[in-house]
Amino acid sequence: MTGYLRLVGQFVAILLLFSAVVAFANWPIYRQTPEGSAIVVLTFIHGADRKGECRQRSPEEMAKLAPNMRRTLDCPRGRRPIYVELDLAGKNIFSATLPPTGIAGDGHSRVYRRFVVPAGQYEIVARMRDTPRTEGFDHERKETVTLAREQMFVVDFRSESGEFVFR
Amino acid sequence: MIGTIRSIFRRGFEWVERPLDWLFGPALNPIAQLGALGFFFFWIVAVSGIYLFIFFDTGIERAYESVESLTNNHWYHAGVMRSFHRYASDLMVVMLVTHLLREFAYDHYRGTRWFSWFTGVPIIWLLYTSGITGYWLVWDKLAQYVALVTSELLDWLPIFGEPIARNFVSTGTLTSRFFSLMVFMHVAVPLFLLFAMWIHILHISRPKMNPPRALAVMSLIALVVASIWNPAISQGHVDLAKAPVAVGLDWFFLPLYPLTDLWGNGAVWAFLGTFSLMLGLMPWLPPLRRAKAAEVDLAHCNGCARCAEDCPYEAIRMVRRSDGLPFPTEAQVNASLCVSCGICVGSCPSSTPFRRSQELRTGIDLPDFPLQRFRELTVETAESLDGKKTRILVFACEHGGGAGHLTGVVPLPCVAMIPPSLIDFVLSKKLADGVAVAGCAKSACFNRLGVAWTEQRFAGERDPYLRTRVPRNRLKTIWASALEASRFEGELTAFAKQVAAIPEVPPALPQTIISALSSEPRRMPEGSVP
Repeated sequence: MTGYLRLVGQFVAILLLFSAVVAFANWPIYRQTPEGSAIVVLTFIHGADRKGECRQRSPEEMAKLAPNMRRTLDCPRGRRPIYVELDLAGKNIFSATLPPTGIAGDGHSRVYRRFVVPAGQYEIVARMRDTPRTEGFDHERKETVTLAREQMFVVDFRSESGEFVFR
Repeated sequence: MIGTIRSIFRRGFEWVERPLDWLFGPALNPIAQLGALGFFFFWIVAVSGIYLFIFFDTGIERAYESVESLTNNHWYHAGVMRSFHRYASDLMVVMLVTHLLREFAYDHYRGTRWFSWFTGVPIIWLLYTSGITGYWLVWDKLAQYVALVTSELLDWLPIFGEPIARNFVSTGTLTSRFFSLMVFMHVAVPLFLLFAMWIHILHISRPKMNPPRALAVMSLIALVVASIWNPAISQGHVDLAKAPVAVGLDWFFLPLYPLTDLWGNGAVWAFLGTFSLMLGLMPWLPPLRRAKAAEVDLAHCNGCARCAEDCPYEAIRMVRRSDGLPFPTEAQVNASLCVSCGICVGSCPSSTPFRRSQELRTGIDLPDFPLQRFRELTVETAESLDGKKTRILVFACEHGGGAGHLTGVVPLPCVAMIPPSLIDFVLSKKLADGVAVAGCAKSACFNRLGVAWTEQRFAGERDPYLRTRVPRNRLKTIWASALEASRFEGELTAFAKQVAAIPEVPPALPQTIISALSSEPRRMPEGSVP
């Protein structure tokens, strides 16, 4: 093989490799969800009440504490877990007890779940219990929505106003 | 089992490498330049990245617009640079994966090579992190997909108080600061990557950090052609109200992302953790059994530093003389880095079989296969050829195609262990009619530099030289891999025929001398020649 021919062969070999790399850098297309589906995302961060009520410290108890630690109220640090449910078209698709975050269990409870559903009209119900009660719910929202194809429908909770937000 | 897998991979590489050896020649073969090409593509990515940063805007809306502008309005320079940046990154992944598999296939990861293998594991993580952060910056649909999946993966770990993925499911939650953070990460992580790459090659003597110029130029031109043929483009502006359901995935950087849908995030983390752990532990699964490290004999070392110069593993360094002899330095072996390849023995000027000492000693030697035994084995093997029409003595690397040859073979850990004077010894003493030196394939030397040093010594380009009096027509080098045994046999037969055709075949060495060399060491009268 002559020098020039060999050089051309070398270049073609490199070009073929690079072309293959370039092709696989964008192709084949990956479809994350089936055609005609929408995504419902349930996500929020919300802290439930503290586990117990605050209580007044007695003068004796105060005296035992270091001067910079002498707060009159003794409040338990840990928060209660939150119970949450999500129904879609009358079927429960998610229910969970969300523990508080943090090593001491004093952080907010959090959730992030994605549900792939066919596009269409649905009745969506979100419920939450964030108090000591064991029956019923403290917050609930029910709405009939039409989910378009590829729509990202978010079920959020706004702690400030204490209500579920659908967007 | 690992040995079987390794053997299958090795066959695969041989199958690809040998034709490429033919096309490119061993010096230009890209498969033998994977590490150097990895560095080369890193620099292309770095330079093109700096160039692109001039045009990039780190605003929530401006990020996408600036990338679109540089791609479409300035396609002839910035657009090409974007493609350069993207595809050179992909090529870096290709080089990294192929390099890793090749080192595994050729068993280049155990023993003293554990360091380079082990430090290669963080490089994988850093390279992937660099690439993934880069995809976020474009802020197109692919960026949205990458952001969602990555944040969901990170959220699975119990280290963040708030789910990061919340930022990417609805509009209004993200600010421009996010892009500033991503730019910072996309600059900082590659810097760590470069640092890790430097650590990776610390224990390698003469690491190949630049590919041969011809290969670099061809790669650069091919990259330009590929970038113009299929330029890197965005996949449409992010719309956080819509899910990125179908994206053109970069299968080099994001092959695991679809698995999060199939397996779930926990399983992907388990896979990544197990894979990294296994990869990190591989040098000890099982550990390589090594011969004893080379030892320096100060009485025969004049501190010439040739052994330190030739060692492919940085296992020898020159230190201040400790025995009072009038030389400034002496060689010192770091046993933890020595693989007992014997290249230092071949480089030592004291390693001459003509020496008249009672016991053949040299400045640096292998305790398990000393030069004395090497010479004895050479003489014994040559003796076994007596009676053959053409006596061809083969010095064969145990990793090459000649290792399986049945007769007249002196097996060696590396052919560069042969002191050139030993060839002279064999031919001048007429122990054989011809000498064949059979090493690994030229582009895949097990000890990296064994083939190069042997060729240079024989060509008189590297100390110690093969003396000019050695008839070159009686010496043949055959570079063949273990899977090229038939080619080796073919070349050996042709060489035997060539030697047989040389007129005046020299008579054999007198039996008395051969016996003297083969027997146990004994005191020789001063001035006598063994």
